[in-house]
Amino acid sequence: MIQAILVFNNHGKPRLVRFYQRFPEEIQQQIVRETFHLVLKRDDNICNFLEGGSLIGGSDYKLIYRHYATLYFVFCVDSSESELGILDLIQVFVETLDKCFENVCELDLIFHMDKKFPALPEGKIQGANARELQMSEVHSAQICRHIFLLDSALLTE
Amino acid sequence: MPAVSKGDGMRGLAVFISDIRNCKSKEAEIKRINKELANIRSKFKGDKALDGYSKKKYVCKLLFIFLLGHDIDFGHMEAVNLLSSNKYTEKQIGYLFISVLVNSNSELIRLINNAIKNDLASRNPTFMCLALHCIANVGSREMGEAFAADIPRILVAGDSMDSVKQSAALCLLRLYKASPDLVPMGEWTARVVHLLNDQHMGVVTAAVSLITCLCKKNPDDFKTCISLAVSRLSRIVSSASTDLQDYTYYFVPAPWLSVKLLRLLQCYPPPEDAAVKGRLVECLETVLNKAQEPPKSKKVQHSNAKNAILFETISLIIHYDSEPNLLVRACNQLGQFLQHRETNLRYLALESMCTLASSEFSHEAVKTHIDTVINALKTERDVSVRQRAADLLYAMCDRSNAKQIVSEMLRYLETADYAIREEIVLKVAILAEKYAVDYSWYVDTILNLIRIAGDYVSEEVWYRVLQIVTNRDDVQGYAAKTVFEALQAPACHENMVKVGGYILGEFGNLIAGDPRSSPPVQFSLLHSKFHLCSVATRALLLSTYIKFINLFPETKATIQAVLRAGSQLRNADVELQQRAVEYLTLSSVASTDVLATVLEEMPPFPERESSILAKLKRKKGPGAGSALDDGRRDPSSNDINGGVEPTPSTVSTPSPSADLLGLRAAPPPAAPPASAGAGNLLVDVFDGPAAQPSLGPTPEEAFLSELEPPAPESPMALLADPAPAADPGPEDIGPPIPEADELLNKFVCKNNGVLFENQLLQIGVKSEFRQNLGRMYLFYGNKTSYSSRILTHCGPPGDLQTHLAVQTKRVAAQVDGGAQVQQVLNIECLRDFLTPPLLSVRFRYGGTPQALTLKLPVTINKFFQPTEMAAQDFFQRWKQLSLPQQEAQKIFKANHPMDAEVTKAKLLGFGSALLDNVDPNPENFVGAGIIQTKALQVGCLLRLEPNAQAQMYRLTLRTSKEPVSRHLCELLAQQF
Repeated sequence: MIQAILVFNNHGKPRLVRFYQRFPEEIQQQIVRETFHLVLKRDDNICNFLEGGSLIGGSDYKLIYRHYATLYFVFCVDSSESELGILDLIQVFVETLDKCFENVCELDLIFHMDKKFPALPEGKIQGANARELQMSEVHSAQICRHIFLLDSALLTE
Repeated sequence: MPAVSKGDGMRGLAVFISDIRNCKSKEAEIKRINKELANIRSKFKGDKALDGYSKKKYVCKLLFIFLLGHDIDFGHMEAVNLLSSNKYTEKQIGYLFISVLVNSNSELIRLINNAIKNDLASRNPTFMCLALHCIANVGSREMGEAFAADIPRILVAGDSMDSVKQSAALCLLRLYKASPDLVPMGEWTARVVHLLNDQHMGVVTAAVSLITCLCKKNPDDFKTCISLAVSRLSRIVSSASTDLQDYTYYFVPAPWLSVKLLRLLQCYPPPEDAAVKGRLVECLETVLNKAQEPPKSKKVQHSNAKNAILFETISLIIHYDSEPNLLVRACNQLGQFLQHRETNLRYLALESMCTLASSEFSHEAVKTHIDTVINALKTERDVSVRQRAADLLYAMCDRSNAKQIVSEMLRYLETADYAIREEIVLKVAILAEKYAVDYSWYVDTILNLIRIAGDYVSEEVWYRVLQIVTNRDDVQGYAAKTVFEALQAPACHENMVKVGGYILGEFGNLIAGDPRSSPPVQFSLLHSKFHLCSVATRALLLSTYIKFINLFPETKATIQAVLRAGSQLRNADVELQQRAVEYLTLSSVASTDVLATVLEEMPPFPERESSILAKLKRKKGPGAGSALDDGRRDPSSNDINGGVEPTPSTVSTPSPSADLLGLRAAPPPAAPPASAGAGNLLVDVFDGPAAQPSLGPTPEEAFLSELEPPAPESPMALLADPAPAADPGPEDIGPPIPEADELLNKFVCKNNGVLFENQLLQIGVKSEFRQNLGRMYLFYGNKTSYSSRILTHCGPPGDLQTHLAVQTKRVAAQVDGGAQVQQVLNIECLRDFLTPPLLSVRFRYGGTPQALTLKLPVTINKFFQPTEMAAQDFFQRWKQLSLPQQEAQKIFKANHPMDAEVTKAKLLGFGSALLDNVDPNPENFVGAGIIQTKALQVGCLLRLEPNAQAQMYRLTLRTSKEPVSRHLCELLAQQF
């Protein structure tokens, strides 16, 4: 099960934060900060998994992350998820963002909240497109969709 | 849903957002937002009814403003209105707003639930999905209460669309995870299992996720899923990469579904049906074979998908642990990955191999990779991978390679990351002890540990080396010599001084013959470190000095001079001062014989679970040490390397700090010297039953001895002997059995269960309490196959009768074998009480009368009446109860895993109301209640602060009566 999805830039500025467990806001910020420091000191070509920090989960949880240009995508998951599966999910997630924004970059996440795009609603998930299946397979279709809804905030007809 | 070209949609919204973005300053932004809020407010309040489009637009704006970090206090009603719109986008925005902004205690919740209900019943798949997603996204208990019963129906209904089924399965999963008790099991469970056969792969995937979670609680209900999962898996695995078309991901057929199916199978033991098992083994072999094929694509997605299945397959093989052939193949496959250039695969391979190492079939195969793993430990650039390598070395260690592994880990320790040093220290210490062939090597290893990473050597580690040295006389001389040499280093770690001080104090005489380590030299060496050490170490050294006086009378004058020095006798630290004064007096008053008795060598420590292992388990959670605990590989190790108990025990060793070194135990009193003093020091060391006052042969023992050969004539004797044992009068109630308190503790937070059980008799309890009254049903079950007469008597002992009234009919009945008899008790609490009433039970078995006395599970907290109050009230009352005697506080270690939900349940079971939003720290629990007795009411406030990091709790109780505070505090503290 996915506990949290964090996206922040190279300076640790959060761009997209979604927790699936209730935390008070200060703790959330602390978690983002802690996670940032954990991944920041890691080279790009070492492994994408690391043990969760002290705040979220503990030893049963793993952080699985990818680094794209200026953004870190970090998923915090428990031991019931396949590590490689989540790694792939991140890739699919970014690809989907890319599709929506056309060449997604950090600025899109900040500024183009209003950009008009059909934000991955049911239609796409049903479309038996292998990609979206991916998402539902890791039972996160909802999750992803929700982030999109949240952070692209505003959708259209 | 039609895709929309750019430029369509809500222009007003786009303008607003670009205005915000163009704001030059924070002030400008706030100004713009306030203007917009005013505008929206007037529109919502206006006379003109808004159409759906405008409502949607304004709700969107509000949402955007909220996401910018501003509070929104209106517009909820309009959003709820959108829910009943027939337009998809309007409904969607409504749901979005609800899931982001509406909290559970809103008054609108009824309207929202109504709208959701309508959508669920609408038969329009899109609307149903929207509603389901909203339920899942909110996922609160209230949502669960409202809809948990409906969703299973939608999930298994024959006419639900695939997409709806999929969403329903995931939604149910989410609700189940949030509050498992709300999801009723029922006839739908069987039908959910059949979703594994569904045509639609998405439905199957969602169903597997759901079943995997549900079957953990009720494995039997879902047992049929095994064969279905196997056949599904086999169809996927054997299909060509083109068969599944849309579900083929980079040439791998339905990889994520396969992964999930393999995970599901890991919830169960290997299939019993030979045909199913054969099919599954075939699948597993196919996956292993495919791993050897050349990749069909160079894309990382292809290899990731393929390897995800492979790793899951290997996990399943390890889980079954029954196919030697597959295990070895799995091991070889992982061995290949150990050298793979992808770091991720190396990491996962090390992790899987760690579990593989504990299987007897593959342990040897894993060992062949030792050089690769050691190399990984040395050369990996990534700390995560190095950590895994260290774990694997620990798991693959046995007597044959222990020396090599320990020396490698020691070497790694010098450069290891600070974060994992302590763990490595613990692991080295455990391996060194467990696989030590000769103890000189063990002592060397531990001293090396202290030298290399002294700061990370926790108390447990050096206590342990002392325990072992004390218990084994063949190593004492060597240990003394080694620590003496180690102490000669100009700078040595304080832990080294502690170990050195203790060992020389005990066994310094063994090396005193050598002029290089003569007593004066030993003393001056130790004393040269004295001033650099902390108080605790100095205290330990003072004890060493007094031991020296006994071992080496020639040093007496020197040591007495040291003790007499102003810096000791008038030391600001109370402990040091006391020791100096008492030791000085002891050494001058007591005769040599007395001294020799008081300061005798410490007796061997009782064998118990290694304190280090207990610590590692605490650090890593249960199962961490399992590779070593099971003792399967090396059963002979235990007796040789005494100390490490093979049985994994979750009970941590009581901290030996006080007993081992006597730092906190009272120093030997000078006046009545001799053995009393020594006994005082030792009594804590023997934490066994010897210290308990003997209660005579317990009934339990009597039962056990009775059990073995049921004398052939006994049933006859029973039936033929109707003469009852004399009815026990109230004064006949014997002392409660030793475990009575423990049994009682189990019932502090619950009312029903089994109070007592042995081979002959089971006593069950059902009880309910209201105000100051309670009713309890006791069920006595005769577990033997013979009829027996059971007599009971219960009541509050002695003076308790004025506090608690218990009315019952005495049971005196003939109970057939396997039957049970019931007893009803009416209980009234007159005043607050501390001791529970007693229950005495007598019966005959095999001609012998049996008796046992239990404590009835009636504790003061049963008469709690939960009280809800607001934070303000709570704090006001908390302040009113500020007298020191009204408060009882306890800080204690967690005995159970620290789970917030479990804690909550326990506190509720304890009887108090749980108050949310009172404590500023949400991790803490705050409760309030009133204890109802006939004579008076006792208001009671409690606060429980868990500290997950330290695995400790702090519990504070404030009540208006002092003994009640203390008693409640003690009762509750034992529950965590």
